[in-house]
Amino acid sequence: MAIEDDVTVVGGGLAGMTAALAAAREGAAVRVVSHKDSTLRSASGLVDVLGYDSDDELLADPFEAIPDLPERHPYRTVGAAGVREGFALFDDVVGDRYRGDHTDLNALVPTHGGTVKPTARYPASVAPGLASDDRPVLLVGFETVPDFDAPLAADHLRAAGVPFPVRGVTVRFPGGFRADAARTRLADALDADERVAVGDDAGPYSESLPIRRALAETAKDHLRGEKRVGFPALLGRHETEEVRADLEAELDAAVFEVPTGPPSLPGMRLEGALRGACREAGVRFTTGNPVVDFEIDGEADDSDPDSLAAVRVERNGAAIPFHADQFVLATGGLVGKGVDSDRERVREPIFDCYVPHPDDRYDWSADGAFGDHAFARFGVETDDDLRPLDRRGDPEFGNLRAAGAVLGGYDFAAEKSGSGVSLATGLAAGRRAAEEATR
Amino acid sequence: MSDAPNANDASETGSPNEPDDPHDAREEATVESDEFEPVHVFEESEEMDLRPGSDDCYKCSTCDSVCPVAEVDDEFPGPKFQGPEQWRLKRKGDRDVDESVMSCSNCMRCDSSCPSDVPLSQMHNTARGEFVEEQMEKLSREYVRNRILANYRFFAEVASRMPRLANFVMGNSLVQAVNERLLGITAERDFPEFADETFREWWEKRGGSAASKKRAREARAERGGAQARSEDKRVAYFHGCYSNYNTPEVGKAMVRLYEHFGYEVLVPPQKCSGTPMFANGMLADARRAAETNVRELAAAIESGADIVASCTSCSMSLRQEYPELFDFEGTAGVAARTYEALEYLRLHEDLDGSLEAADADLDGAAFAYHAPCHARNQGVDGQAVELLDRLDGADAEDVGPSCSGISGTYGWKAEKYDASMEIGAEMFDHMEESPAETGLTECPTCAMQMEHGTGYEVRHPLEVLAEALVDGEN
Ligand SMILES: Cc1cc2nc3c(=O)[nH]c(=O)nc-3n(C[C@H](O)[C@H](O)[C@H](O)COP(=O)(O)OP(=O)(O)OC[C@H]3O[C@@H](n4cnc5c(N)ncnc54)[C@H](O)[C@@H]3O)c2cc1C
Ligand code: SF4
Ligand code: SF4
Repeated sequence: MAIEDDVTVVGGGLAGMTAALAAAREGAAVRVVSHKDSTLRSASGLVDVLGYDSDDELLADPFEAIPDLPERHPYRTVGAAGVREGFALFDDVVGDRYRGDHTDLNALVPTHGGTVKPTARYPASVAPGLASDDRPVLLVGFETVPDFDAPLAADHLRAAGVPFPVRGVTVRFPGGFRADAARTRLADALDADERVAVGDDAGPYSESLPIRRALAETAKDHLRGEKRVGFPALLGRHETEEVRADLEAELDAAVFEVPTGPPSLPGMRLEGALRGACREAGVRFTTGNPVVDFEIDGEADDSDPDSLAAVRVERNGAAIPFHADQFVLATGGLVGKGVDSDRERVREPIFDCYVPHPDDRYDWSADGAFGDHAFARFGVETDDDLRPLDRRGDPEFGNLRAAGAVLGGYDFAAEKSGSGVSLATGLAAGRRAAEEATR
Repeated sequence: MSDAPNANDASETGSPNEPDDPHDAREEATVESDEFEPVHVFEESEEMDLRPGSDDCYKCSTCDSVCPVAEVDDEFPGPKFQGPEQWRLKRKGDRDVDESVMSCSNCMRCDSSCPSDVPLSQMHNTARGEFVEEQMEKLSREYVRNRILANYRFFAEVASRMPRLANFVMGNSLVQAVNERLLGITAERDFPEFADETFREWWEKRGGSAASKKRAREARAERGGAQARSEDKRVAYFHGCYSNYNTPEVGKAMVRLYEHFGYEVLVPPQKCSGTPMFANGMLADARRAAETNVRELAAAIESGADIVASCTSCSMSLRQEYPELFDFEGTAGVAARTYEALEYLRLHEDLDGSLEAADADLDGAAFAYHAPCHARNQGVDGQAVELLDRLDGADAEDVGPSCSGISGTYGWKAEKYDASMEIGAEMFDHMEESPAETGLTECPTCAMQMEHGTGYEVRHPLEVLAEALVDGEN
């Protein structure tokens, strides 16, 4: 009868994959059921613990600040030790693809908008660009990659008071790529080091060069003794380190990537690493269709909270049940569609878990775009075991835990804690689920 | 669109004689049919209205990053342009559909990547239909060639009457050269062989559904106990063209496997699922085929059966493309009750347990499994690997997420052949790296591409499972 696993994780984002991996490493049979590809494809690929405190002060040591967070904050539920464990799992998965694990302190990474972002872990390809380094920087943007305006980003960085000279130039990406070529197309060309025509297109004897060389030559013309050169993050999908090494050799300067908006190559690379680790641990993936509904275990008695028997996936009109012993809800926040709102109320759409929110709609947001909005903290509330609580403060279901952006009590955009909360709560929820399921 | 004409509740088409057991997945609620938002392509609404979908696109380009055609063909502007941008431009003025939409292979990968649920493949199918209808020269070589490829079933039916002659003719290199020059059908590929006996001929000879009913009953009696109650286990098989004319062994495996689990199999009259027609913009042909299929399959549902298909493009078509493009009475019901053949068995039977208990003679059998794009889209892509994991002695390795590159008729077009092989290169490499010597996939054209690129023999998961679970001929 039917499809059955020890643990079913609903949602395949950072929180869901972390929960699945943690559970599988505990020996459970785990399945991830996810509607869409992970939102990591849109995220920057930077992995934050906590960048700002509640007074908007930049934090040097995020771990030190955890005990002072509001009681409802998910970090308080899992504790600083839980956050460290989440990051230890992450470090193990990404290996030398990421830097930052040698210190508790936040690193400062220049972003495509020209701000400096405090973060806990950053891709190795981003490392030479850190703002704490004082070597002069040249930023190189491409006409066809509009979300990275290098001269503007350089202006912003200077205004932010970075301790190094910085200039920006905009050049044409070498080779005759179409103006709207996908960023992934350019990355693939660099991976394969395709030969491209260079020089005046009109000339009868056009020369051709491997694209990495051609790109270096293009940037070289603009170099005025800078020791570091930053490109938008598209230096290969898989061979980033090789591409970077080739460019560094040609330019005689350190080369780094500046994280950009979606689609994000660093986010895709991270997604790939996590997927690989999950598969290696035996996690099964069923993707492409949403979970819409659930089934209750008929044997539950009145004294205990109900127990989930299955979640149901909507597949082109049919409802397909996936049975498990334990479940993890990791469907994301308002962006990932794990929390939904209409004019009347805010809700968690699959299990209808209680989402605390002011009754009056006008109290959901504060005045001004950057005010202290209640909606930014909307999400389910849990007990210490990460089980979502109903209106009365009792667990909604005995065998359902929640992780990541579906949790309430924190504002990931304001405090810069998105990936950290996903890692820490994902690990805790996955591990607990596995312990219960395999007991 | 709650006033949609096909807003017929799936329960209306439900069977009258279903058991009243909440654990029988046949009793599973189907999702409210008002969630279907059919777009009127034909009849009363001559104007296709895909504007809401266009407005949902926030141009993140995620779809462009997963498109296998855009990856190898720099001329192809990608799904974002084909879908939301093209429809937005069209709204602004009387712009024609851009010709590049004909290069989309209809793999539907872009669909599941869009974080904003933009109905990309629906937009592409509709745009392609409009392009072919209004802009394509009906006497052009391309049109004629596409029409032939799209209507493969028609030619297959003729060929199946004299399979040996057809195989000889199609295998003839002179014919291939002529095909390439005259029609633009690549000479690089070998035409699939036509079986001496079609699946339907075998089925009739074997006694049709009366025989199936008897066998199913015997199997139930043999298995005894709890099975006895399910007097009405009944499925209607949508075999599609390929397993009828070319690989009847897949259809036979399906029948044996289902009867083994006590199901009576029906084989309703049917036409092509329409997949190759959608991909070539032949919407009028597709519509005609779909009308027959919906009518016949709805009747089967009426008699208490669910629909199962062994080809993942066929099930995709019945499940997603029909309700997106057509609004015949019963379309939503057919979509809601169509399943991939292994998916269905898995939902209703203890397939895992049966496989674990089976003492099959598959020692050392190793398979390199490729998940067809259309299996991915239905969320049934990994199941063959999962199921074979349960079977002693057999092992299946997933050869990765890349597209095989043939995409039905796409890889048959002379001008697309190179791109098709370039897309497939990653899969070929992974197959060569895998220790397995046999390929495994649910899609007949993916299988062709796997064979073509690696020389491996390729089997359908149904064949392997039938071999493991059902002994002997019956
Ligand atoms: C643009 C952007 C930039 C970001 N930048 C940073 C950054 O710089 N630093 C940082 O630390 N973090 C950043 N983040 C946040 C971080 O990457 C994660 O998105 C966040 O941790 C949330 O992860 P999650 O797994 O909880 O949810 P999500 O990543 O939202 O994943 C939710 C998953 O659940 C699935 N799902 C939803 N509903 C259903 C359903 N009904 N059935 C089945 N599946 C369902 C979705 O398809 C999705 O795959 C950024 C996010 C975005 C979007
Ligand atoms: S993925 Fe969706 S939202 Fe993004 S560009 Fe494509 S259609 Fe638009
Ligand atoms: S259906 Fe496939 S080929 Fe067509 S645009 Fe979408 S991803 Fe590209």
